[in-house]
Amino acid sequence: MRRKISLKPITLLLLLITFVSYGKEQEVHGEPKTDRKTEIKEYIQHHLKDSYDFGLYSYTSDEGEDKHVGFPLPVILWDNGLKVFSSSKFHHGESVAEVGGDFYKVHHSKIYKVDGADGKILEDDHHHATNEKPFDFSITKNVSLIFLVFGIMFFMFSRMAKSYKTNNGMPKGTGRLLEPIVLYVRDDIARPNIGEKHYKKYMSYLLTVFFFVWIVNLFGLTPIGMNVTNNIAITLCLALMTYLITTFSGNKNYWKHIFWMPGVPWPMKIILAPIELLGTIIKPFALMIRLYANITAGHVVLMSIVGMIFLFQNWLGSGLSFLLAFVLAILELLVAALQAYIFTVLSALYFGMAVEEHDHEEGH
Amino acid sequence: MEKLFEDFSLGLFFWQAILFIALILLLKKFAWKPILDSVNEREEGIKNALDSAEKAKLEMQNLQADNQKLLKEARAERETMLKEARDIKNKMIDDAKGEAQEQANKMIQQAQGAIESEKKAAMAELKNHVAGLSLEIAEKVVRAELSNKDKQLKLVETMLDEKSLN
Repeated sequence: MRRKISLKPITLLLLLITFVSYGKEQEVHGEPKTDRKTEIKEYIQHHLKDSYDFGLYSYTSDEGEDKHVGFPLPVILWDNGLKVFSSSKFHHGESVAEVGGDFYKVHHSKIYKVDGADGKILEDDHHHATNEKPFDFSITKNVSLIFLVFGIMFFMFSRMAKSYKTNNGMPKGTGRLLEPIVLYVRDDIARPNIGEKHYKKYMSYLLTVFFFVWIVNLFGLTPIGMNVTNNIAITLCLALMTYLITTFSGNKNYWKHIFWMPGVPWPMKIILAPIELLGTIIKPFALMIRLYANITAGHVVLMSIVGMIFLFQNWLGSGLSFLLAFVLAILELLVAALQAYIFTVLSALYFGMAVEEHDHEEGH
Repeated sequence: MEKLFEDFSLGLFFWQAILFIALILLLKKFAWKPILDSVNEREEGIKNALDSAEKAKLEMQNLQADNQKLLKEARAERETMLKEARDIKNKMIDDAKGEAQEQANKMIQQAQGAIESEKKAAMAELKNHVAGLSLEIAEKVVRAELSNKDKQLKLVETMLDEKSLN
C-alpha cells in the first residue's frame, strides 16, 4: 500500500517532464532560420548558467511577449546587512529590483548593484561589468537542486538503513538496488585503493560523493535543465574536500615522499620536492576540471545536436540529428555514472597514497 | 580560464560546502554506518557459517576416518581372534589326538600285557593239562601194564600213535 502511494509523485514528475519538453519544442517552431541559430546558441549558454528563478520553460506568446513558466526562488544578499527577497522582483532579469533603498539588477546570471530604478550596468572594454557586486548567497536554481538531492539522498539512504533493522539484516525495496552499488564502492573503489586497514574512515565521504555526483549528473540530463556539476564552484568544493582530507590524513611517509623522496640521489630530492608539492595541488585541480569539463561539454554537444533537429528543415537531417541526439543522450547517461565513478576512484587513490605505509623504506 | 573565474559563484560554493558537509555527516550517522555495519555483520555471519560448515565437514571426515580405523581394528581383532581360535582348536585336536594315542598305546600295552599273561596262563594250564594227561596216560599205561602186557603195550602203542596224530 505504501509503495503505491510513493510511486505517485514520480509519475507526476515524469508527466511534468513530458509537458516541459513538449513546451520547449513548441517554442522554436515556426520562426525564421537565422534568428533560430542565435536563439539556440543563447539558449544553450543560458542553460549552462545558474538562474535566480526556477524556470521550467519559457516561450514567446502570439503577441511577441516572453512568457516564463516556473516559480521564483529566494534571493539572499549581504550588502550592508542581510537582504532577502523573492527573485520575482527581477522579472526574469528584465527589471531592477528595489530592496530597502538599494537597487539590484541581474546581468549574465549575476546580481549587480545599480544606481536607481532605471540604473544601467556599466561595462569596461572587455565587456565586464564594473558595477559593485554584493555578496550573493541566494537560493538559486542550482542551490535548490542541491537541497533536493540532499533530501532525496537522506530519505533514500536513511530508509535503506532502517530496512536493515526491520528486515533481519537484509535491505528492502530500493535498498536491494542500492546495496550492490554501496558494496561496489566499498569493495572495488575503497578497499583496493586505500587498503584494508584504513578504508573505513573514508567510506562516508566516498559513498556520499559518489551518489551525490551521480544523482546530480542524472538530474542534469532531465529536461528541467538543472546543471549542478557544470558549475566550477561545485566541482571546486568537491575537489577541495578531497584535497583537505588527503592533506590532513597524510602520514609521515606521505610527507617524506613529497619533501625528501627516498631512494634517489640528493640533487634529485631537491628537484623533486617542489614538483611533488605542486602535484598535491594539481591532482585535486585535475579532479575539479575533469568533472566540470566533462559535464559541460556533454551538455553543450547534446543541446547543440538537439538544436540541430530544429535547424534542419527536412525530415532526413532532423531525423538523423534526432537519432544522434538519442544515442548521445544514452552516452551522457553513462558519462553521468562514469564521472561519479572516476571522481570517487581518484579520491580514494589519493587517500590511499596519503595513508600508505612503506615497510621497505629504500625499496624504490 | 578567465571565463571559469568569472563563472565562479561564491554563493553556490558556500551552499554546496555547507549542504555537502551536512549531507556527509547526516548520512554517516543515519545511513552509511548502519548500512555498512549491517552488511559487515551479515558478511561475518555468512563467513562464520561457512567456517563452521567447513569445520563440521572436517569433523565428519575425522569421524569417518575414526570409524574406518575402528572398523579396521575390529576386523584385525576378529582376524586375530579367529586365528587364536583356530590355533586353540588345532592344539586341542592335537592334544586330544596325542592323548588318545597315548591312551590307545596304553590300552594296547595293557592288552598286550593281558594277552601275555593270558598266554602264560594258557601255557601253564596247557602244561598242567599235558602233565595231567601224561599222568593219566601213565596211570592208564601202568594199569594196562598191570593187567595185560600185550594189551598194555598195544595200548601204549596206540596211544602214542594217537598222540602223534594229535
